[in-house]
Amino acid sequence: MTMKAPFFLPFLLHAATAAAAPSQNALRPAGIQAERIHDLWLLTVAICSLVFVAVLVALLLALWRSGRSDATTAPDVASLAAPEPKLKRSVLLAVGASIALLFVLIVADFQTDRLLGRMPLSDAVHIEVTAHQWWWEARYNDPEPGKIFNTANELHIPVGRPVIMTLKSSDVIHTFWLPNLHGKKDMIPGRTSLIRLRADQAGTYRGQCAEFCGLEHAMMAFLVTAEPNDRYEAWADAQRREASNVLSARESRGRQVFMERSCVMCHTVQGSGANAVFGPDLTHVASRQTLASGVLPNNRQQMAAWVTQPQKVKPGTNMPATALSGEELEALLDYLGTLK
Amino acid sequence: MTTITTPTSTPAGQRDSARRLEETWRDPPGLYGWFAAINHKTIAVRFMLTTFGFFVAGGVLALIMRLQLARPENNLVGPDFYNQLFTMHGTTMMFLFAVPVMQAVGSYLVPLMLGARSLAFPRMNAFAYWIFLFGGLMLYAAFLLDIGPDAGWFAYVPLAGPDYSPGKRVDFWAQLITFTELSGLLEAVILITTIFKMRAPGMTLNRMPLYVWTMLVTSFMVLFAMPSVMLASTALITDRLVGTHFYNPAEGGDALLWQHLFWFFGHPEVYLIFIPPLGFMSSIIATFSRRPVYGYPAMVLAVIATAFLAFGLWVHHMYATNIPELGKSFFTASSAMIAIPTAIQIFCWIATLWTGRLNFKTPLLFALGFFFILTLGGLTGVILASVALDLQVHDTYFVVAHLHYVLIGGAVFPLFGAFYYWFPKFTGRLLGETLGKWNFWLFFIGFNVSFFPMHLLGLAGMPRRVWTYPAGMGWDQMNLAATVGGVMIAASVLLFIINVLKSRRHGVPAGPNPWGAGTLEWGTDSPPPAGNFVAPPVCGGRYPLWEPDGVPAHVTGLADDRREILVTTLMDAVPDLRPTMPSPSIWPFLSAIAVTILFIGSIFTPWAVVWGAVPVAIGLTLWFWPRKKETRRNVVSEVHP
Repeated sequence: MTMKAPFFLPFLLHAATAAAAPSQNALRPAGIQAERIHDLWLLTVAICSLVFVAVLVALLLALWRSGRSDATTAPDVASLAAPEPKLKRSVLLAVGASIALLFVLIVADFQTDRLLGRMPLSDAVHIEVTAHQWWWEARYNDPEPGKIFNTANELHIPVGRPVIMTLKSSDVIHTFWLPNLHGKKDMIPGRTSLIRLRADQAGTYRGQCAEFCGLEHAMMAFLVTAEPNDRYEAWADAQRREASNVLSARESRGRQVFMERSCVMCHTVQGSGANAVFGPDLTHVASRQTLASGVLPNNRQQMAAWVTQPQKVKPGTNMPATALSGEELEALLDYLGTLK
Repeated sequence: MTTITTPTSTPAGQRDSARRLEETWRDPPGLYGWFAAINHKTIAVRFMLTTFGFFVAGGVLALIMRLQLARPENNLVGPDFYNQLFTMHGTTMMFLFAVPVMQAVGSYLVPLMLGARSLAFPRMNAFAYWIFLFGGLMLYAAFLLDIGPDAGWFAYVPLAGPDYSPGKRVDFWAQLITFTELSGLLEAVILITTIFKMRAPGMTLNRMPLYVWTMLVTSFMVLFAMPSVMLASTALITDRLVGTHFYNPAEGGDALLWQHLFWFFGHPEVYLIFIPPLGFMSSIIATFSRRPVYGYPAMVLAVIATAFLAFGLWVHHMYATNIPELGKSFFTASSAMIAIPTAIQIFCWIATLWTGRLNFKTPLLFALGFFFILTLGGLTGVILASVALDLQVHDTYFVVAHLHYVLIGGAVFPLFGAFYYWFPKFTGRLLGETLGKWNFWLFFIGFNVSFFPMHLLGLAGMPRRVWTYPAGMGWDQMNLAATVGGVMIAASVLLFIINVLKSRRHGVPAGPNPWGAGTLEWGTDSPPPAGNFVAPPVCGGRYPLWEPDGVPAHVTGLADDRREILVTTLMDAVPDLRPTMPSPSIWPFLSAIAVTILFIGSIFTPWAVVWGAVPVAIGLTLWFWPRKKETRRNVVSEVHP
């Protein structure tokens, strides 16, 4: 569906291009589903702009051509006795045109719904995403149990292959929203929903919880990296590996801190014996770009801040503060740095 | 005997009668009288002032939110307070301002427009006001004590349920719903009865002013919409207080049940807010273009159609849930369809302006602002009706923009216009025109500066209800613009308040009909006497004061030493009965206190429903206790046909 761009589109595009990477923008579709919604958007905005301008022009003309009066001007009550056929014709015409345009919009909308529902699904990647207050758990499913793996807050998907996401929630209602690739889907406790999307352009896209989900609703973001299939497969292979047990003395000391302090109560590190599932799986935490569900860049300094003072970074988070000596903290950061 | 005669009595006789009427209908003096007041104008003025107070409070909350969001990663307020702010803002504007202010204005104007001496059930009207006031005060007391609700004005479960919102915060929210429900339902009953049975003789249904039609339709919508949210909030309270599991999926409940019940109320609620202003528009446009509104039957039918359709589109708030796709398509069609009756009305008004002679006073300016803003809001509403588009813009700032365009453009602009228009009737003095124009332009420009960028923000990915946002998302400038616009709106409202305070004492005296308007409320003094009309009019047309035979006669023969009124038939307004209205009483006030104790007590213990019922029963019994003298007099005055 190609449409002539509406008059204020340049403004919209300006707003769109102002965003820095990674993009979180419904006007910059990077996948077939978002593209189809965007096409419908252009058509709808064009028709709505037309109607808006027409109504305003009619109003301004009315103001311009009608006479002036004050409170003492005798009212014209002729219309109570005699019909006004000219006005009737004009109003009927305007109503008829409105109905016709609405009909066009509804048909275009139904057509878009059909297209969204008919995206080809062969060779799909299956991901189960579970929302928690306030982070995202992802489980890459596979018919071979050995190929299943878990990650959190950052997903990778292959360009050009469909992705079927099963959406769940472990607590309250959240909404999965990745605007560059598709519209929203609610994650409702007690129910399972599906979203099907496909990235057609490589890139990193930001998504965010869209349903108010409590204290830190604002800080519940995630990243999706769309990359060529071979790189995706390489990433998936790396994610399936357990954490390395070949560690330096300092790193071993860091693992000891991890196991003896509160970290181990909530987190998993595959291969280390830490198997708790209350917080994100940290087996490959060092390979991620961000911490705390898209809130901080993942570097040594920010990791230190997040471990020792999580309430400062993200007030209300369920991650407790961990008091560590300088030596313990350095060792822990060394260990976490090995979890690539 | 009640008779309808042309006015022939002597001026001296009329003055005498006017004095007696005033004594009969006015509220008693003193402190006791203040609490016992039941005159519909007294109560309505208090009601309007209270709702305006909540409007200002809700606006201040919005301003704090805008200041927090002016910059990325701002720390003016934290997430906990911010969540209370937006919950309180939404709850205040929807439940304590927008719906009740329409009923408050209606309870002042409807009897005057109908040529009636009073509202029906005046004591119940006073009771409804007190309940509303106490509910609102309870909510703000909780907020000031840092136990304000924080789960959103929509209170989605399970977030608002016992597991994820422990403490009392959400209980106060849910109980506020009970307060405003009760008040709203009572007002609806009062208005329907007044409109059906207390119209001036001769005011057949098809002569009723368009504004009264909108209040009638709105009141019926209240009757059908409010029980749904009452059911929902009561189930939420029992989930929270006594451990039921209506919304708990782990125990066989359903989280989506809340959304269905809430939006089955919530969407019609938008039209409860939007339909009365359609009546303001029709009144203002007719008066200031010096002609009747074009297409009366079409206007009435459009309002009724809007009311029916409003109950068939709640699912467009739930497109992102996993309900069946085919069902969503049905709601796309019904949601888009509601644009048709709105379009009909807009076209009829433009036709009226087109053929009228215009008097550009402030009320008309606000009415014209409606066209720009509401049309834009209506068109973004058509966008939201589409499932695919909604999936992108749902729960983003696009929706924030849309709903403010609809509610401020569709309700607040006409409401300001209405206030400028009827202020002389309320007070006897005109509001200042110069300040009025400043008020309008500052509001109009500030509104668009504040809310237009939000459309773009939503498309650029900014979700709603976030207490902060990261830098570098491309959202900074648009948020700053929104904040600047918010400050302009605040300044405009401040000018309005100054204008009201100034004009109340020093405004130009208005006289009965300063605008040369055509409906009956302008046929009596400004402000009207306690009994509204010295001689209630008989109605001979849609614009009785404009038509040569518009007020062919006046009602005489009603007692002026007691509160006797004339009741007419539903369709044709033929004189029917001559009942006596109740006199002022302290019991509505005391009963409202008793009910308030019950409601607030039940937040803390379910047993409050049991022991709290005792004072309520006592209050209501004494309220309705018949007085021998009155009964005897009524029996004596009975006339058998």
